[in-house]
Amino acid sequence: MKNKIKPEYSREHIAYLRKQKKNKIIVHLSRFLVLVAILGIWELLAQFNVINAFITSSPSRVCKTLANLYVEGTLFYHIGITLMETLAGFLIAVILGYAVAVILWSSETVRKVAEPYIVVLNSLPKIALGPLIIIWIGTGYDAIIFMTVLVSIIVCIMNMLAGFIAVDKTKLLLMKSMGANKAATLRKLIIPASLPALMNTLKVAVGLAWIGSIMGEYIVSKAGLGYLIVYGGQVFKLDLVMTATFILCLLAGGMYGIIALIEKHAVK
Amino acid sequence: MLEFKNVCYTYHTKEGETTAVDKLNFTVENGQFVSVIGPSGCGKTTILSLAAGLLKPSDGEVVRGGGECGYMLQRDALFPWRTVEQNIFLPLEVKKRNTPEKREKALDLAKKYGLKDFLKKTPSQLSGGMRQRVALIRTLAAEPEILLLDEPFSALDYQTRLEVCDDVQGIIKSEKKTALLVTHDISEAIALSDRVVVLSARPARVVAVHDISFGGNNPKKRRECGEFAATFEILRKELGI
Repeated sequence: MKNKIKPEYSREHIAYLRKQKKNKIIVHLSRFLVLVAILGIWELLAQFNVINAFITSSPSRVCKTLANLYVEGTLFYHIGITLMETLAGFLIAVILGYAVAVILWSSETVRKVAEPYIVVLNSLPKIALGPLIIIWIGTGYDAIIFMTVLVSIIVCIMNMLAGFIAVDKTKLLLMKSMGANKAATLRKLIIPASLPALMNTLKVAVGLAWIGSIMGEYIVSKAGLGYLIVYGGQVFKLDLVMTATFILCLLAGGMYGIIALIEKHAVK
Repeated sequence: MLEFKNVCYTYHTKEGETTAVDKLNFTVENGQFVSVIGPSGCGKTTILSLAAGLLKPSDGEVVRGGGECGYMLQRDALFPWRTVEQNIFLPLEVKKRNTPEKREKALDLAKKYGLKDFLKKTPSQLSGGMRQRVALIRTLAAEPEILLLDEPFSALDYQTRLEVCDDVQGIIKSEKKTALLVTHDISEAIALSDRVVVLSARPARVVAVHDISFGGNNPKKRRECGEFAATFEILRKELGI
């Protein structure tokens, strides 16, 4: 524990620390109870046939479906495919987006030329490109990765560029007065100064990457969580839809958590 | 040495052109501390940029006696992700002079001026005055011929400001550096400088040049001198305040 109570603290301070700790426990406990309540009510309503479990599924049916998928041996196969597509798309989008942002930062003219294209690409619903992607790239998971990159890269570019441009003008002047060229300014100032922007970009991009990969699987796929959801919907196996959604929640939350953890260590 | 010979500078924007500096003439001798004072917005920062060679004069000539210029800015502009030591090494890295000897020299300078215990700290752990001192040592680490100071004390509170400006002047004098300070603070200019150049409102022209020598080179003693108030009055009238 960071907030260990030390003997030299005044009584008032100890009371304050205790109260803080108590509040923290209450928040965590309440969060957990909300989850339990939602799942419990859902289960009970399904058990007593207040709602039709065939359409709404229920926690116990989700568990059963999970177990079945595990026994069939396809659970981790589907998770693995989607996870791979999302991660690959995410990494490509972030790295490529960062590189493009650097190029746009380095030349105002290039930036001005590119601006309308970025604006249009940003507002274009990427799913409209679905048929083109299938024809150009095919129906494998590379098509889904491409879709993931497409969905997340523009925001990466715009976020990073905004981060680069927001760097303190005084520090830029300082670099200039030392005779620093573009490359040195980028390395010594822009990249470290825009680290918080990068962390922000990662957080936004990871959410978009999930949208991209699942959307991609909706359009064309033979496996993955998005595939399970589409397939489950088509054959009216709503347990499967709910199960896949549940796994998605866990994975997306987990990935966000990892990035938040990286941020905590990178930005002090 | 630094000399402005009939220097003019005009800014161009879409809305039109503005003459910031008009036929400016003054000299900074080697080892001299020269202050330029003028009403705010009269183009003082432009003058420093011209002196540093960051801007080219529209007309006239800026003569620098070889060597580089080191800039000290309104805010310390220390990089928060670097330690004090790494901040001091920054100009060496940028100028590709990051040799062990140069680093050693920079560290000696830092130790000489009381930063020994702060080298491994981050700027956020330092007081405003200390941060400006680090900024000065960083500027000196590049071994510049001339120091250009752009109101480096204006962001500090009054008490720190007095301390830091005496401190900075002391370090510059003991390192025998040439310095050009721009400020709008009359008393700061009198206390610190060997020579004060008074500018007019935009476009900046030289109104008067005063050589100041009373009270020795010590800002504290100078503020206590009887001449201080008289000089202040003269400068104030010349500035038209």
